[in-house]
Amino acid sequence: MAEILVLVDHLDGDVKKVTLELLTKARSLGEVSAVFVGSGFDTAKDKLAEYGAATVHVADADELTAHPVAPKAELLAKLVADGDVAAVLVPGTAEGKEVAARLAIKTGSGVITDAVDVVASDQGIVAEQSVFGGSTVVHSTITRGTPVVAVRPNATQPEPAPAAAERVDVAVELSASAKLATVTERVVKSRTGRPDLTEASIVVSGGRGVNGAENFTVVEALADALGGAVGASRAAVDSGWYPHQSQVGQTGKTVSPQLYVAAGISGAIQHRAGMQTSKTIVAVNKDAEAPIFDLVDFGVIGDLFDVLPQATEEVAARKG
Amino acid sequence: MKIVVCVKQVPDTASEKALRSEDSTLDRDAVDAVMNEMDEFAVEEALQLAERTDGEVTVLLMGPDQGTETIRKALSMGAHKGIHVVDDALHGSDAVATSAVLAAALASEEGAGGAYDLIILGSEASDARTSLVPAMLAERLGLPQLTFAQKVDTDGANVTVERLTDYGHDVVTSGLPAVVSVVEKINEPRYPSFKGIMAAKKKPVSTLDLGDLGLDAAEVGAAGAWSKVEDFAVRPPRTTGELVKDEGDGGKQLVSFLASRKLV
Repeated sequence: MAEILVLVDHLDGDVKKVTLELLTKARSLGEVSAVFVGSGFDTAKDKLAEYGAATVHVADADELTAHPVAPKAELLAKLVADGDVAAVLVPGTAEGKEVAARLAIKTGSGVITDAVDVVASDQGIVAEQSVFGGSTVVHSTITRGTPVVAVRPNATQPEPAPAAAERVDVAVELSASAKLATVTERVVKSRTGRPDLTEASIVVSGGRGVNGAENFTVVEALADALGGAVGASRAAVDSGWYPHQSQVGQTGKTVSPQLYVAAGISGAIQHRAGMQTSKTIVAVNKDAEAPIFDLVDFGVIGDLFDVLPQATEEVAARKG
Repeated sequence: MKIVVCVKQVPDTASEKALRSEDSTLDRDAVDAVMNEMDEFAVEEALQLAERTDGEVTVLLMGPDQGTETIRKALSMGAHKGIHVVDDALHGSDAVATSAVLAAALASEEGAGGAYDLIILGSEASDARTSLVPAMLAERLGLPQLTFAQKVDTDGANVTVERLTDYGHDVVTSGLPAVVSVVEKINEPRYPSFKGIMAAKKKPVSTLDLGDLGLDAAEVGAAGAWSKVEDFAVRPPRTTGELVKDEGDGGKQLVSFLASRKLV
């Protein structure tokens, strides 16, 4: 059976959930081989095995991570050239999509981004995308080369299916052009202890109604009680109340958690484009006419500074 | 320093978008066309870098006739000249084809003639949101890729950016020329002044078609796409569920609802 390559997203061997989702999806398409770039394979191995990677191509030479994007694309292109590869799945993150971009050009292959599902059919690999803020569902195929698909995080429920995760070291002679840009410093912000925004199954977001950086503690408290991530609308980020990385919407992150809580967010199309595919949406807003209420499963018309703390307390009480 | 900034005209983000049933491409007639918002940051960054280095900014756009408006906007912000690649055969181009056309326009004598130190783009277009083109362009041109920049610095020989990451940022550096893509919030895009708008009318815009670029119609547009839309369907819009007015127990009611969905 042909190989399905899955590019592992990890930080020093700490495997991101999106990788497990890709491995789960890849199992229905062919024989699953993970591709692990950088250090930390020993830490990652058990997770990759648990979720069905039969083989793991490991490339841990320092120069692969010293330069952004291009080395990973070259490594994958080499694996595609040397093996019998039916498709390459990469995480639908900013970097994953860029790796997909370069790989597509290198291998003369079509590429699809932001897939929410990938299935095998008579026409080959079919990718499903949810576009225009989830209002339209599109099915696409690749008509040239080896399909390269960037899969959106949180689109699949990861399911274990143990396999060997047998390590196969792979060496790649990087071209000069892959080494043109160099990472000279890696700045890691202090960890909040909360799940990553795009991977979280619960997201609590604050908007204009939060009215100040210091008031975001109210949003954070509910997120922490629920075990969720914190997001912010563009208005809140533009006002400097919350970091850019947390922005949900058209020009920020797209999230599709099990539960999305919108607090003090009016629900402009800019915001809806980033959260409309969430499974359950609830909102708290003072304005009964706020467009966010058009798409909620449950809405509270009220002051978020009353409703959120009470909800936080109630969640804590129920959890005992 | 010579800077080329690549811009795209897109449907206004404030409008609802739909696909056309006949060819599964975006219905661009139904909505107002504007400069892709992220590209405004790219233009502003190009202008600021040019101002610091006594440089020149060329704006490059691929798209239908009405794309001229977007080029004029960049010129009225302060860019010096424009290149407009327009050809009926380009309709339906995917990122693969778009990057091929931009690369050809950057290289060709009729276009930028290979004379540039920096190529700057927005990190994403608000319509397709693939973020593929900057990386594809770097790959095709064999140039360093410094993308998702929240800060750009250059001393005329090298360029250094802060590349936004999920965990913070990476500092990435390379020689010139290089391909840079910027994220929003890197700067405050200026509004065109009245003087700028008047001056823009006199600035040169060259129009190129596929023949000028030595490209074959079969390589671009829907015909040259390496992926194909098989079908699409419009989802029914979400409908409002239960709305309650907070009478002092709104938080508790909210949690009861979450519990009923097994979310707590």
